[in-house]
Amino acid sequence: MIDVAVVSFAQWSAREEPARNEVEILIPVVAEAIERSGIGRKEIGFTVSGSCDYLAGAPFAFVTGLDAVGAWPPIRESHVEMDGAWALYEAWVRLQHGDIDSALVYSFGKSSLGDLPIVLSQQLDPYYQAPLWLDSISAAALQARAWLNAGHDEGEMAEVAARSRRAAKDNPNAVVSGDQSAEALLREPFLVTPLRRHDCPPISDGAVAVVLAAGDRAREVCERPAWIRGIDHRIEAHGLGVRELATSASARLAGERAGVDGVDVAELHAPFSHQEPILRDALGLSNGVDVNPSGGALAANVVMGAGLTRIGEAASRIMDGRAARAVAHATSGPCLQHNLVCVLAGDAT
Amino acid sequence: MAETTEPVTMIDTPIELRYRFTAGLAQSRFLRGVEQGRLLGQRCPQCKKVYVSPRGACAACGVPTDEEVEVSDTGTVTTFCVVNVPFYDQKMEIPYVSATILLDGADIGLMHLIQECPSEDVHMGMRVEAVWKPPEERTPSLESIKYFRPTGEPDADYESYGAHV
Repeated sequence: MIDVAVVSFAQWSAREEPARNEVEILIPVVAEAIERSGIGRKEIGFTVSGSCDYLAGAPFAFVTGLDAVGAWPPIRESHVEMDGAWALYEAWVRLQHGDIDSALVYSFGKSSLGDLPIVLSQQLDPYYQAPLWLDSISAAALQARAWLNAGHDEGEMAEVAARSRRAAKDNPNAVVSGDQSAEALLREPFLVTPLRRHDCPPISDGAVAVVLAAGDRAREVCERPAWIRGIDHRIEAHGLGVRELATSASARLAGERAGVDGVDVAELHAPFSHQEPILRDALGLSNGVDVNPSGGALAANVVMGAGLTRIGEAASRIMDGRAARAVAHATSGPCLQHNLVCVLAGDAT
Repeated sequence: MAETTEPVTMIDTPIELRYRFTAGLAQSRFLRGVEQGRLLGQRCPQCKKVYVSPRGACAACGVPTDEEVEVSDTGTVTTFCVVNVPFYDQKMEIPYVSATILLDGADIGLMHLIQECPSEDVHMGMRVEAVWKPPEERTPSLESIKYFRPTGEPDADYESYGAHV
């Protein structure tokens, strides 16, 4: 295996960006990530992005993202119609070839352009549930109900939301933050039972970029590279009815393969509050682990970028010395259908 | 209903999703210019090429294009096609000519219509000019230019537009 590390991370998000289009949001974020990496734009060996054409409602919308990277003379480039965390996975695999030593990974998206809950379900389930017009919040509510029936209570969900909002006060890219107590949140009305508004992610527009470097190149450009010590992703069945929704078998398996042990920090991509304890359990995180110090996806949820942001947030805590070993997680599809786990560590571990 | 074991090979699930479109800062500047009868582009600080319409960045260099440049509403036909095929929701009477026009001062072609001449007369290198709608009918849309028509000038040298074909 070739050692690969995150050497820089940049992000920008807001509740709604009315003036700039996706590429105009992306340009400064990509520029910042490249500048911080210390690697020249034209030296980057591979470029890969994650985005979703359904968000913009335009076919091949992802191609416009290339305006931000300068693809002439032609570059080696790829795209996944998924969260950028999977683009990072592709870049990690590409770097294993050994012929290049750096890669740029980016995501962008504006959730504010359409009716996101229905856009997401039409994107990922055009067959069975589509005629029923099931939306992503209702799907998550079915999962929350299954989880509550397995012996949990709404107070746990409110605690997750309250802690995420408190943590987000230190995150300039957070869309939602504040000091409400779990008790106060529980007095709010239901949105889709058993979910209240704070159990669901905020609409967010934004972009995120990460630069990876391999081996000596990473040590050369970064004082404390965040080495990827394990990365794996697993997917479950498409139909909600054939899955066990109160637990996450795919996250558990990905976590076992990636080697989630001894981490100080976990950045979990849990867009709905009840999904955080499901993931903590699946990954076997102890109570001492600092979960979502950024505020997580309940604080800002740039769709198609929120998973890559978790990797960037975890990596940044290793690069600046706040953590020695961290786990980042990304999810895709309804009710935690597809899960990616990435374990990062500094040089000492 | 009689029981059937025939496989289901197709289902219809009509979908309608509504979106707001964000033109963006650069495109908005361009479209507001068109409303005023002006064609505004942006120059790349690195390769110096002028994009009309502008995109906010140079796709070749990957850098922001902050410098605004006004270009002429005259230009050269770089390539064209004569549309003879009727299609759904067609607004034009066929045949008509759709062309890529390299505006004077621009480095990327703009697509528009050529009229006021027989379609068989349209050719590469032909010099054309915009025919604008009257100011009160203009909107932030390229429909504010009704079409382009020949200026009668001699053809442009191939070298002046060959890189844009």
